[in-house]
Amino acid sequence: MPRQSLPRRATLRPGGARAAAPRHERPPQQRGGYCAPPAPPRPPARGAARPRPCPAAGSAPSPLGGGAARAFLSLPAWPGGAMAAPRAGRQPQNDGYRTLSLSGHVGFGSLPDQLVKKSINQGFCFNILCIGETGSGKTTLINSLFNSNFDDPVSTHFLPSVRLKAQTYKLQESNVLLNLTIVNTVGFGDQINKGDSYQPIVDYIDAQFEAYLQEELKIKRSLFSYHDTRIHVCLYFISPTGHSLKTLDLLTMKSLDSKVNIIPIIGKADSISKTELQKFKNKIMSELISNGVQIYQFPTDDETVSKINTIMNGHLPFAVVGSTEEVKIGNKMVRARQYPWGIVQVENENHCDFVKLREMLICTNMEDLREQTHARHYELYRRCRLEEMGFRDIGPENKPVSLQETYEAKRHEFYLELQRKEEEMRHQFVQRVKEKEAMLKEAEQQIQTKFEHHMLMHQEAKLNLEKKKKVLEDEIAMFIEKKANAKLLQSQASVSTPVSSKRDKDRKNSSFM
Amino acid sequence: MEPSAMPEEEMPPSVAPSPAGCQLFGYVGIEAVLDQMKIKTMKTGFEFNIMVVGQSGLGKSTMVNTLFKSKVSRKASQPSQEERIPKTVQLQSVTHVIEEKGVKMKLTVTDTPGFGDQINNENCWDPIIKYINEQYERYLREEILITRKRKIPDTRVHGCVYFIPPTGHWLRPLDLEFMRRLSKIVNVVPVIAKADTLTLEERAEFKQQIQADLKTHAISVYPQEDFDQDPDDRVLNDRIREKIPFAVVGADQEHQVNGKRVLGRKTKWGIIEVENPAHCEFPLLRDLLIRSHLQDLKDITHNVHYESYRVRRLNESNRPALSPLNGLPGKAEGSSDL
Repeated sequence: MPRQSLPRRATLRPGGARAAAPRHERPPQQRGGYCAPPAPPRPPARGAARPRPCPAAGSAPSPLGGGAARAFLSLPAWPGGAMAAPRAGRQPQNDGYRTLSLSGHVGFGSLPDQLVKKSINQGFCFNILCIGETGSGKTTLINSLFNSNFDDPVSTHFLPSVRLKAQTYKLQESNVLLNLTIVNTVGFGDQINKGDSYQPIVDYIDAQFEAYLQEELKIKRSLFSYHDTRIHVCLYFISPTGHSLKTLDLLTMKSLDSKVNIIPIIGKADSISKTELQKFKNKIMSELISNGVQIYQFPTDDETVSKINTIMNGHLPFAVVGSTEEVKIGNKMVRARQYPWGIVQVENENHCDFVKLREMLICTNMEDLREQTHARHYELYRRCRLEEMGFRDIGPENKPVSLQETYEAKRHEFYLELQRKEEEMRHQFVQRVKEKEAMLKEAEQQIQTKFEHHMLMHQEAKLNLEKKKKVLEDEIAMFIEKKANAKLLQSQASVSTPVSSKRDKDRKNSSFM
Repeated sequence: MEPSAMPEEEMPPSVAPSPAGCQLFGYVGIEAVLDQMKIKTMKTGFEFNIMVVGQSGLGKSTMVNTLFKSKVSRKASQPSQEERIPKTVQLQSVTHVIEEKGVKMKLTVTDTPGFGDQINNENCWDPIIKYINEQYERYLREEILITRKRKIPDTRVHGCVYFIPPTGHWLRPLDLEFMRRLSKIVNVVPVIAKADTLTLEERAEFKQQIQADLKTHAISVYPQEDFDQDPDDRVLNDRIREKIPFAVVGADQEHQVNGKRVLGRKTKWGIIEVENPAHCEFPLLRDLLIRSHLQDLKDITHNVHYESYRVRRLNESNRPALSPLNGLPGKAEGSSDL
């Protein structure tokens, strides 16, 4: 039956890749869920002229056993407080809905295409975190995976602590736009004391979840245009020692497995021989299982991909080789590493698992990785965080509490707290003012006393001076009196002897000459 | 540890085939994500909720049956009930599951018997507005739970088809009031019902009159002009907007025309074929609602109407409908300083 699907451009696919085409020509099978067993061939009596035959849902009675009209009828009466009831009473999705058969072509078979068209317009986001020691081949592998040369200078070994470096690229293939973010750990495993190596990574992942949570909790939010930075997959590079996992690896993976999808990878796998490789892989997987590390399992519940995914699950961890150089083999240029003893081809399935990794990561499970990140890891983070903040779903009397009410209660609490603090501060302020006032008063007092003291002294001095003045005046008075007396005596004496006085005068005058 | 600055390359948002950004030197397989997405959505299925509003006797149930080519309306589900005009506007939802080409859709049709049928029709839109807001409320509650479901059941009304009686003059006050209020909270698609009573010229005139009325009253019906995302969309939607409201005829009986069996109404003067674009605009309505813009309807409901409801709801602090649930102290003193 002709199937509506997006036109696939003819693109060059490297030889070893498993062609994805057969997957799409497989007819969609009925799955459990809503409706009836697979459609019988349409009876020709009905509208034979319809150009597009379509499989109507089975006209057999629905598996729910309701031949009679058991359509789900809901009369939404909505009293104020009965919010809790509908959730509990809502039928599980497989039950209670009658399946109908279509008598003609309606046309909503193009719904997935509409959805896909919308997603193309919006673009996809994919964020990869690469963890591995310096020199384990992370950058080269990413370059090989995405067939481009992301400029990344080689980092040194002498960094004091682990840092994360994120870079975003926009890739486009046919009409799909991908916002790819690669986060590299710089300096992982280089320190002498590696105790804190994984903490910055955990913090980074949590920070991305937190940013998304904050955006989701905002009142005016714009989720559909939000640039999603949550890490969708973590590629963990294991050093190809050939023995077993290092303690640092185990520790890091254990702390990350509930936050992100981990895919373990053996980097620079061309240093291990084939037999050693299989033993190494088995050892790694058994160590992971025995330590309870939950790595990402490719999903096996969808028939179209379950077979290939199950096979791939058995090949974990992938042993990859990356290369940015091309070597001529036959008459093609392929990515390869040239050694004196031979050439390791990156895209040859016999040489390494690179093709498997690319297939699993990009072609088959990208969407599932994104969904798991959102539905499982993010939800877990959100739940823990909201519980930390004090929100609950069930209140103290086991009645469902709405987030709204908890917000209210918290806001009320906060407001009271604020008021109390304000009171305290005011009280303190008043106290200080009083103290200052007291001090100033005291100072004023002191000055006052000094002033009075000075006034007193001034008075005394003044009195003294007055006294002295009086004495002096008395003396002057006496002196004047004496002088007056003397003058009187003199004038009396001159009257009695006037000639002698004249002769005296002349004598005096001549003596002067 | 903060990551150092991300060098992002500027790129125009259009999806032109010329590669911008990083150069890909070969095939990577990114486009396979589209197929993955399709498979995933086909597995989970779709939900679509539509509401039909209009006076009784305008052919709403027939129209819905014709749209989905099966007996989805409530009349078909309750054949024994007597049809009486209810005293108040009631809302009745019927849910069915239909499948085509492997795509499963859970379709809910909400009918509103009693709308516009009373003598005094004041506030007859209130139960409808209340219902729509209740669906938003339900979704909001599910969304803000701590442990929430993986797939929140979506009962929000994605589209409301409003049936205008074919008077041929202009919109009645009831129509204007209703559309004005509802176009703010839900996507409204107006249609002229029973359009076989209008000739083509009358139809064109009626449409122009309606478009002028809508413009005068600033009522924005679907497809809304504000939400056109890029120029291609705008061109497409402009073409649709010229034709709004669609003049439709519904029929659920088949007749023989020119050797083919078609859905239509048989009258003494001819057979009106429902799916013939020359006779009525039913194909346009069906294409708009189902084949091309169904996802768009859902997206606008989710991104625009639901978000504005959420903003309104989270901004008000004292709502009497909430308080008796948990015995919290009265919030009279809590001033909303949000």
